Amino acid sequence: MQAGVRGFQCTPASFKLVTSMTIRTAILTLCLLLQAAFAQAQTDLRSSVDALGQGKFADVEAAITVLAKTGDPKAVPVLEALAAGDLYTRKSDARVFMTRAAGDDVILIDPITGVEDATAPKASVQKIRVNNTVRRAVRTALGGLTLLSPERQTRLAAAQSVLMAPSGEVLDLVETALATEKDADVRRVMEEARAASLLKSDRSTDEKKQAIETIRQRGDRDALGILSSALGSVDETLRPDVERAIAGIEERQALWNAGQNVWYGISLGSVLLLAAIGLAVTFGVMGIINMAHGEMVMLGAYTTFVVQDVIRTRYPDMFEWSLAIALPLAFLFTAFIGLVIERGVIRFLYGRPLETLLATWGLSLILQQAVRSLFGPTNREVGNPTWMSGAFELGGLTITWNRLWIVVFSLSVFLALLAVLKRSSFGLQMRAVTQNRRMASSMGIRTPYVDAATFALGSGIAGMAGVALSQIDNVSPNLGQSYIIDSFMVVVFGGVGNLWGTLVGAFSLGILNKFLEPYAGAVLGKIFVLVLIILFIQKRPRGLFALKGRAVDA
Amino acid sequence: MITAFLLRALDRNILIAIAALLIVAALVPVLNLLVPPTSPFHIPTYIVSLMGKYLTYAMLALALDLVWGFCGILSLGHAAFFALGGYAMGMYLARQIGARGTYGNALLPDFMVFLNWKELPWYWTGFDHFWFAALMVLAVPGLLAFVFGWFAFRSRVTGVYLSIITQAMTYALLLAFFRNEMGFGGNNGLTDFKDILGFNIQAGGTRNALFAATAVALAFSLLVASGIVRSKFGKVLVGVRDAESRTRFLGYRVENIKLFTFTVSAMMAGVAGALYVPQVGIINPGEFAPANSIEVVIWTAVGGRGTLIGPIIGAVLVNFGKSVFTAAFPEFWLFALGGLFVAVTLFLPKGIVGTWRQMRARRRETARMTAASPQAAE
Amino acid sequence: MTISKPATLLYLDGVSVSFDGFKALNSLSFVVEPGELRAIIGPNGAGKTTMMDIITGKTRPDSGEVFFEGQIDLTKKDEAEIAQLGIGRKFQKPTVFESHTVWDNLELALNRKRGVFATLFYRLSSQDRARIEEILATVRLTSRASDLAANLSHGQKQWLEIGMLLAQEPKLLLVDEPVAGMTDSETVETAILLKEIAKTRSVVVVEHDMGFIRDLGVKVTCLAEGSVLAEGSIDFVSADQRVIENYLGR
Repeated sequence: MQAGVRGFQCTPASFKLVTSMTIRTAILTLCLLLQAAFAQAQTDLRSSVDALGQGKFADVEAAITVLAKTGDPKAVPVLEALAAGDLYTRKSDARVFMTRAAGDDVILIDPITGVEDATAPKASVQKIRVNNTVRRAVRTALGGLTLLSPERQTRLAAAQSVLMAPSGEVLDLVETALATEKDADVRRVMEEARAASLLKSDRSTDEKKQAIETIRQRGDRDALGILSSALGSVDETLRPDVERAIAGIEERQALWNAGQNVWYGISLGSVLLLAAIGLAVTFGVMGIINMAHGEMVMLGAYTTFVVQDVIRTRYPDMFEWSLAIALPLAFLFTAFIGLVIERGVIRFLYGRPLETLLATWGLSLILQQAVRSLFGPTNREVGNPTWMSGAFELGGLTITWNRLWIVVFSLSVFLALLAVLKRSSFGLQMRAVTQNRRMASSMGIRTPYVDAATFALGSGIAGMAGVALSQIDNVSPNLGQSYIIDSFMVVVFGGVGNLWGTLVGAFSLGILNKFLEPYAGAVLGKIFVLVLIILFIQKRPRGLFALKGRAVDA
Repeated sequence: MITAFLLRALDRNILIAIAALLIVAALVPVLNLLVPPTSPFHIPTYIVSLMGKYLTYAMLALALDLVWGFCGILSLGHAAFFALGGYAMGMYLARQIGARGTYGNALLPDFMVFLNWKELPWYWTGFDHFWFAALMVLAVPGLLAFVFGWFAFRSRVTGVYLSIITQAMTYALLLAFFRNEMGFGGNNGLTDFKDILGFNIQAGGTRNALFAATAVALAFSLLVASGIVRSKFGKVLVGVRDAESRTRFLGYRVENIKLFTFTVSAMMAGVAGALYVPQVGIINPGEFAPANSIEVVIWTAVGGRGTLIGPIIGAVLVNFGKSVFTAAFPEFWLFALGGLFVAVTLFLPKGIVGTWRQMRARRRETARMTAASPQAAE
Repeated sequence: MTISKPATLLYLDGVSVSFDGFKALNSLSFVVEPGELRAIIGPNGAGKTTMMDIITGKTRPDSGEVFFEGQIDLTKKDEAEIAQLGIGRKFQKPTVFESHTVWDNLELALNRKRGVFATLFYRLSSQDRARIEEILATVRLTSRASDLAANLSHGQKQWLEIGMLLAQEPKLLLVDEPVAGMTDSETVETAILLKEIAKTRSVVVVEHDMGFIRDLGVKVTCLAEGSVLAEGSIDFVSADQRVIENYLGR
């Protein structure tokens, strides 16, 4: 049949290309022959299509199977129309047409050639009714029919649809397609489709055993579905094999689930790390309890919103770059706010941590209300650039791009901060001031300057975290509030004054949380983690990585 | 022994404050019930309830002052004890509704009927009786404070670390009480109360009685708190606040001292919560919000911590301000509250009463100096 | 150790402790006899303060024995218990209750029942009153009894702290740099005060001031790098070659 199609398509081109008379004659003869064969096929197809309009659902189904067996791609639009409910029978001669409305009448369209036929009154045609069984049969048939398409994508999709809805009828077609298939990916899916279909056919037990093995190796949820449906239809002798295969897949699934949980945990951990990392500077290094830290995150998120808003109205093409633009702006803006807070309030409260806590809480209320007054109390929409959207599969894991980028981003921020603290002269001054303020000051370090810069750095990091969090969380004035307790937990758990502790703390709390969730539910899991941290602090009041010795009392 | 303890509690300021509270307890109901509404001295019933609410807040602030002002423990979870006391009372009130709820189920509160529960959970047993609920008002916050404090103080969690974990504690409770499965009415909490001790909770007489009870309870709490801080124990308490290790090396068990104070304070907060619920008519998980606990801290700070009377004044003032503000310019209230936090810590660290006492002491000092100097010149 | 454990007041043997890899004490052995006044010298980081932390229960040793009165294992007790056993400690920085009066400071330090309820219902007896007045006289603060401790001079705070330790009636007194920041006359008076106190109890003094130690005229122990370098009279110790190298300087 394929030859017929090709011949039909090549004919006009052949005339132009070929000059030699004999060759031309030969080809002409060939074309004629092929065309004859094609005409034959055409009539067969026509009658098969017309059969769709006859009898009960079971007969329609049988007709579909016949159509599928022709393997003719021409049948594809017909079947599609059937499934969509677009196929009609002409009452006068029981021929089947597609229709298009034209006033009170309908234009009849030949479903195979797509050529418009006569106009007829609506009453002269009758819709071919379909039910779910018919639809399933159509899906299977379509899967089989497109298996031979020259397009790789189409073949792949076809193989997949056969796999989803296997049946014994398409088995021959799948095998035909498999014989000529070159593409490895498509082959693999076809093999699986063949195996799935084979289980539904009446082939030998040995072949079926092999088929079960093929599907077991696929090992995902779909394979599980195929096997469980096969469990009901295969004969007794094969049941143990199927059950064993199912158990094997389930075991693998459990493993992947655990992996997925680890990934979710890492993802949550990276969010916690982002929220806590600025706090690790202000609280951990400087010992300032900044309750307005969450609001810095919130301001960072709103900076992203404003940047995107400007881009949307002025430079729509730049949208993909919005986050890259927002990042430094958010850093500068929140660092500036942090600077103002440090110079305006906090510097008067050094050495009085509880008062600092209260004053910064007051500031957090003011910042929240300011944002509420400016932007309104509801969530603002922050869009994801395309590179932040979507997901990909990694083995049995589903990984969304935005989560992946946030993990990458949080780690880079962490490493950058570590580098600033350990390698730069500012970092050296900062550590000097926090360890021995008087000594540092007498060595010529301008301690007030270092204090302000350190606090600004911590706030700026919080702002950058806000840019990232705007991609996965609601941007509302309350954004910061939802992070502040968690961030403190991370810093305290990891050990104050230790950046590595913050890293370990964030990821271990994230993963712990996600592993508890399936058993306890999200809320109870969180409560459990909080209680665990409270108990942990009793045991190690200064966190996982605590400083020891005399320095503690200073 | 107890009498000596309480007598010592009565210095002049405390005496005046207690007398003032008792007078208010008697006077306000008179002005509400006996003075005709046309008179300028008449107090409307809703104002009585509002003042009652302020006084329960004052009691909560007083409880916080005991631990923060005198012992240096900044609890950011005191509203949790308040809310637990409130829930204990709320459970009693919910049982008093009986068959008058929306579903007319005499055995179960409305929300349990709604959740399709078949029987009362075990922890609701006993709340039909007022005495049991009253006991729980003290016992539940007290027990939580005891267990929490036992762990925390023993392992010497101090300063901001303690503050942060108290905040985590109330946050965990907030999340827990939001769950319907907990059996405390979930998101909506407990409300639609009808009776308390057989009296209609909406009636003017009941409201006045509740107000008077609150004022008396506050006066009594003040007496107890004063007795504690003016005893040798109170001096140890301040010692712990100012120089914890010195106290330890003098042989005092700092953890026991803190634990006792924390527990007493939590029970006081619980009683305040129990008086709050019948006057506002509802208790819901929102009371556990960490922000609430921090607000209590600012009432205490505004009035002056470590002064006992200051927190009472602070709580009433700030909440009066809140009522006025939220009615007149609702969007500015958070600016005002936030500004108050900053201003008090920066400019008025001792609070109103503390600053006033300091100024008076300084004036007395100058007076003594000027009185002494002419003699020196002679 | 040549001395038998039961006869000693304080007995440390092979005590080691380290913080993050830094060995603060390295197999330190040290004995105080009942009624003895002992001075300890040593460079910064020699482990003087850490040793006091271990005796008073603030720090637990990694290894080694610490016994009080021959049989009480101090490593198993916490600060409050050790204080109640009769070991008093004066910090390097004067630590008194600044917002209490001098009188209240001493009242709190008195060796009475220290439980929650005992203190809640405590009433000042005439006996206690007399004792506090006696201590006030000893530390020369009678005239300032009703002043806040915060208003005392640095030297007076040191004395108040010593007074508080006396009120505690300890069997052993640990004193960390009592004359740091004092004027010369205050230093001399403090030496007299300590000698007076040492008549009725054992005292261990850590000091840098060699003149002050000479004034005390007692047995001296020199610590360096967490263990005992030399022990004996001040002249003997200051002649020791290693002490000169490590501490006194050439």
